[in-house]
Amino acid sequence: MVSETLKAAFSLLVFPGLLFLSSFGMFSEWLDRKLYARMQYRIGPPWFQPFADFVKLMGKEVIIPEAADEALFKILPSFAGAAVCTSILMIPVWGPSSVYSFQGDLIAVIYLLTIPTVTFFLGGWSSTSPYAAIGSLRVLTQLFAYEVPLLMAVLGPAILSGTWSITGISAFFASHPALLPVNLIGLAVSLVALQGKLERVPFDIPHGETEIVGGAFTEYSGRLLAFFLLATDMEMVVGAALISAVFLGGAMGLPGFLGFLLFVLKAVVIIFILSAMRALMARIRIEQMVSFCWKILAPLSLLQVLINLIVKGLI
Amino acid sequence: MSKITIPLGPQHPALKEPGNFMLVLEGEQIVGATVRLGYNHRGIEKACEDRSFIQNLYLIERVCGICSHSHTTCFCMATEDAAKIEVPKRAQAIRVLVGELERVHSHLLWLGVAGHEIGFDTLFMYAWKDREQVLDCLEMISGNRVHYAINTIGGVRRDVTPEQKAEILKRMDILEERTKYYIQLATQEPTVLARAKGVGHLPTEEAKKRGAVGPTVRASNVPFDVRKDDPYLLYDELDFKVITSDSCDVFGRLVVRVFELLESFKLIRQVVNDLPEGPISVKVPRKLPAGEGVGHYEAPRGEDIHYVRTNGTEKPERVKVRAPTLANFSSIAYMLEGGYLADAPIVIAAIDPCFSCTDRALSISTSTKGEYSLSWEDLRKLGIEFYRSRGIDFTRIAK
Repeated sequence: MVSETLKAAFSLLVFPGLLFLSSFGMFSEWLDRKLYARMQYRIGPPWFQPFADFVKLMGKEVIIPEAADEALFKILPSFAGAAVCTSILMIPVWGPSSVYSFQGDLIAVIYLLTIPTVTFFLGGWSSTSPYAAIGSLRVLTQLFAYEVPLLMAVLGPAILSGTWSITGISAFFASHPALLPVNLIGLAVSLVALQGKLERVPFDIPHGETEIVGGAFTEYSGRLLAFFLLATDMEMVVGAALISAVFLGGAMGLPGFLGFLLFVLKAVVIIFILSAMRALMARIRIEQMVSFCWKILAPLSLLQVLINLIVKGLI
Repeated sequence: MSKITIPLGPQHPALKEPGNFMLVLEGEQIVGATVRLGYNHRGIEKACEDRSFIQNLYLIERVCGICSHSHTTCFCMATEDAAKIEVPKRAQAIRVLVGELERVHSHLLWLGVAGHEIGFDTLFMYAWKDREQVLDCLEMISGNRVHYAINTIGGVRRDVTPEQKAEILKRMDILEERTKYYIQLATQEPTVLARAKGVGHLPTEEAKKRGAVGPTVRASNVPFDVRKDDPYLLYDELDFKVITSDSCDVFGRLVVRVFELLESFKLIRQVVNDLPEGPISVKVPRKLPAGEGVGHYEAPRGEDIHYVRTNGTEKPERVKVRAPTLANFSSIAYMLEGGYLADAPIVIAAIDPCFSCTDRALSISTSTKGEYSLSWEDLRKLGIEFYRSRGIDFTRIAK
């Protein structure tokens, strides 16, 4: 019993939980910033920059607006981080299987990844600044736009492999690698939707700085902001890990450390694609984003589901 | 849905200078907008009256940090008009050369800022990297990247050597290549089109009525360009087109500016290849005879007007500067209304505003209070009391 608890605490706090996730999250942030900078003829930050930013923010004063609900305002960043740390437990990182695996953990992960977005909304809403209010409305509007295509896109591989567990899906594709190209449309849709979830260009509408300053985070400062930003970094890793496990076969059946290396490699490739997307486009308007998601992404993901149903019937 | 009012400025990431736009929002839609200026009044016109003409050149240069040459040239032309001074051909050609290089630098700068306002930072970095080419040219000719200080009353202060000419032509070729890339980008990139087409609509009639100038009015399909309509310096001898666009929106302003870059390259090549021989300046007395003169100049942002009145001393009696942004401001409120909040930054940026150049002192007299003035001592006392009533006491710091 005690060893079970210790094991759970280790998974949640050290590997693949908080400690690993935050360091890999900071590495991904650096990689993203460096790639983005190189694409723009800039030099980019040194490798420790995200960590330095985090330490700097930790040392800064925390200012809470008088009209804000203090308890809610303070607890939300931890909520966001906790939800992300929990979700990584169900995604295979070390070798082919995850720490906890059950039928339906795919849906659980998608919903755990929604919690940070909801905390962004609540944080912005409770801080009572007009910029934050508009930013948090945009957070919610955007959530309704990308969430459905994302969910339907990951539905495709689940249908094909006949299981709702992420470990099961990646095990299925590891033994049937020829079926991976079937999910190409779903992969593209989920990458675009992930960009929306992470609120990055062209979907950085909720905090488009030239329009609404800091968006939902306008009133956040100091350690609270640091934890929100850390949660976003970790969310990027979890998103990349989810896509790699569901669409790219995860560790491809490789055990232990080799599987972990393959996971890191796939995550880096996904981050590269996300950075390129960020460098190539302008920010679109919220109503353009909604119509793009519903008119293009959602039908595409439906098409993916249809293809997978047909392929499932054939094999 | 209830209406909320959000302030855009005076301090806001979208604005590079202080200005205030109160936007009344219904959801994301702007239903009302008011423009407030006056956060950056510097009193340059008044300061000009206390300085000699030569000193004024350097002061006028600082009216604008981007179109500095436009303002000095305009001021020189007004002064030379007042004092009836004939400027040598070679000096005029050098003024045109620097003026067109400045236009290239200003339009590239705008392109980058516009990219940043629509969240396209890559365009911002690319445009500003290419802008270094033209800044290097300007530094080579004048010794400075931004405030060139090449003008003087009666001519220019520095000549252009054959080596410099060759270097300028080389760099113009590089820039022309890049400009063609930007034209392609501006007219084909889907997210840029989505953010620029149909945004900030300003119909031809409205643009004329509100007296818009420069690329803003040319994008509303009015071929108004001082270089063609009232040629100054050498412009009537040079071959160039006035670029217009009939789309009347931000996209049109983008297209007009990038195509104007090509026209500027054409002008620069003509001037460099055909630089008239002769002196670069004439000697001008320190005290100018009484008279008045007007300068009229097509700055990168539009028509710039300077008025100078001389009174036989070494200082001007009155200097009036009408910066192009002032003429474009009345169009902003019109363009903002009915648009989206997300478009407000690019609509404001599309006129290429220069708030500090535009701010002038105003005296507002209301019927209830009437006009009153405060002495420096009164003003100081008022300030101390204002802060003391808020619990801040500065008297300790002063000691």
